Amino acid sequence: MASTESATISRPPTPSQQGLDRAFRLLCEALGWLSVGLVAFIVVKITLTAVPAFRLHGLHFLIGTTWDPNKGEFGILPEIWGTLYTSTLSLILGSLFGVAAAIFLAEGFLGQFVFRILKLGGLELRPVWKYLPDRLEDLLKNLIELLAAIPSVVYGLWGIFVVIPLIRPACNWLHAKLGWVPFFSSALSGPGVLPAVIVLSIMILPTITAISRNALVAVPPKLKMAAYGMGATRWETILAVILPTASRGIFGAIILAFGRALGETMALAMLVGNSNRISLSLFSPANTLAALLANNFPEAGPKEVAILMYAALVLLAITLAVNILGSLILLRAGLQEGR
Amino acid sequence: MTMPAATAGQLDPGPSANPFAGIDFPELERSLRRPRTLISVLLSGLVSTLTLVALIPLFYVVWMLAWRGGQKLSLSLFTQLPPAPLEEGGGFGNAVVGTLLIVGLAALVAVPFGVLCGVFLAEAPPESRLAQAVRFGAKILTGFPSILAGVFAYGTMVLLTGGFSAVAGAVGLAVLMLPTIVLTAEDSIRMVPAKMREAAIGMGATPTQRIWLVSLPTAFPGILTGIMLAVARAAGETAPLLFTALFSNFWPFSGLWPHLMQPTASLAVLIYNFSSMPFENQVELAWAAALVLVLLVLTTNLAGQSLSRRQVTDR
Repeated sequence: MASTESATISRPPTPSQQGLDRAFRLLCEALGWLSVGLVAFIVVKITLTAVPAFRLHGLHFLIGTTWDPNKGEFGILPEIWGTLYTSTLSLILGSLFGVAAAIFLAEGFLGQFVFRILKLGGLELRPVWKYLPDRLEDLLKNLIELLAAIPSVVYGLWGIFVVIPLIRPACNWLHAKLGWVPFFSSALSGPGVLPAVIVLSIMILPTITAISRNALVAVPPKLKMAAYGMGATRWETILAVILPTASRGIFGAIILAFGRALGETMALAMLVGNSNRISLSLFSPANTLAALLANNFPEAGPKEVAILMYAALVLLAITLAVNILGSLILLRAGLQEGR
Repeated sequence: MTMPAATAGQLDPGPSANPFAGIDFPELERSLRRPRTLISVLLSGLVSTLTLVALIPLFYVVWMLAWRGGQKLSLSLFTQLPPAPLEEGGGFGNAVVGTLLIVGLAALVAVPFGVLCGVFLAEAPPESRLAQAVRFGAKILTGFPSILAGVFAYGTMVLLTGGFSAVAGAVGLAVLMLPTIVLTAEDSIRMVPAKMREAAIGMGATPTQRIWLVSLPTAFPGILTGIMLAVARAAGETAPLLFTALFSNFWPFSGLWPHLMQPTASLAVLIYNFSSMPFENQVELAWAAALVLVLLVLTTNLAGQSLSRRQVTDR
């Protein structure tokens, strides 16, 4: 027999509670629609604002090489070249270090090294010491993720006052000795491609390391054990078994990092030199789409705004294509993008 | 790979035969004179070196900030306005307040919007087309270049209201904060133990009661982590503020009433503007501002990450 008390606890929802429930669920669904609408609105808004410039300049805008507001002549080929050139170079540098760090983290190199040192002192099973290898592994992983937390404008500041003075003597020596090589065909006078590439590769490294590490950790342990059981050395296992198995995840990570590099603004606006030229030289100043937007928007009149929106649309198209490609690759590899 | 053990198959099974015949024992030895072992050791060294080199910039940046920014750091920096060129002293009090103001405004929009979107995603049935679209949109926004968020805020707010303002900057930052909040909120609500949800359903709670009284309180640490990571990222963003909030040499409020519709200073834009100036005082201020900004961003980031360990989960 149910007492009156328990009857009040397990009574059905009152009409007002049901109404509230329906209203809240509708609100959540409406916000879902709104968020999809927001993404669509962003793309449509940028496209529509660019339409006047598109009518005026057409596709010639994409292959023109002069940017002269006084003559009304606008072309963004140097910016497209600069964006792709700096991103590709920083991707090569960032992938080398990023994948190496991912292997280092995923294979527990640091933990094993610390364990061996502890074993020399006979401390590896002592209460506090035995946690040290795992703790240091966590610390290292967090430190690499902290690289991504530093704001890009701070990297830019560091690049101007540390990286450029640091690499300038070496660059100018290379230019003096090997000036006939296209990559070294000009002297580094200040901002230029190479400092921008160095800083950019530091900024995309955490993305590559975090996602690649997830891909490497997700390789089934039995594959590794089978390789070890057949007598393979550690690196024969990594190169012939683990890396090929995780290759799709690592490839997705690199594509996503490429998307980040294409859209990165501040470090490039501060370090690349904002010069409208197409050159293979690592030491000459260049420009990128994002830096072009950052430098010209604050003082733009209504006519220029439409032209800059056109440039923004080109950047949007490139980054969207690269990001969707990267996400699809990771989706097929069955991996999450992290946060 | 040549496996020495593979030769074992050719052994004569006779009783008098030496079972170890044909095995090249030196081949099995782990000696640095063998190319296989040597390559393995060399590659281990290479990977360790590359990882250590990758960490140098982190320490170098932190050290430079502490050295060049720390010299200049004093309380008066937080109470004074930016100096004119060739003027001595000065500070960036208005930029600190402006950063807090713009990020606060952005969070005011992005947090309720994002958390409720996360609730929607976590509660939607797996086959829901809308939920898939929301997730796809959030993924796109995650990799969205921050400068384009600024272009969007310029196209909507600045062109609409006819001027640079803190609100326009906040719109740009809110777009960047949204995906982090949505995706982490969904994840943390999904991680609420099923038995807690089922207990609430068993007691006859409506979905709304279950969400507000069980799911959200249990998932709160995780949701807060997402919010703090988003705030930390937004506080450090420069590109969306560059031509939306612009910059200002004055305080962003008169009395207690904030000026939301006027150009507003922020730490990030101050660093960008001052770093390219040829005056020593401004460059020193940029380093000090960078130190303050990094401390702000890193403490928010680390506090958020430590919160995520408090979440109650099944696993």
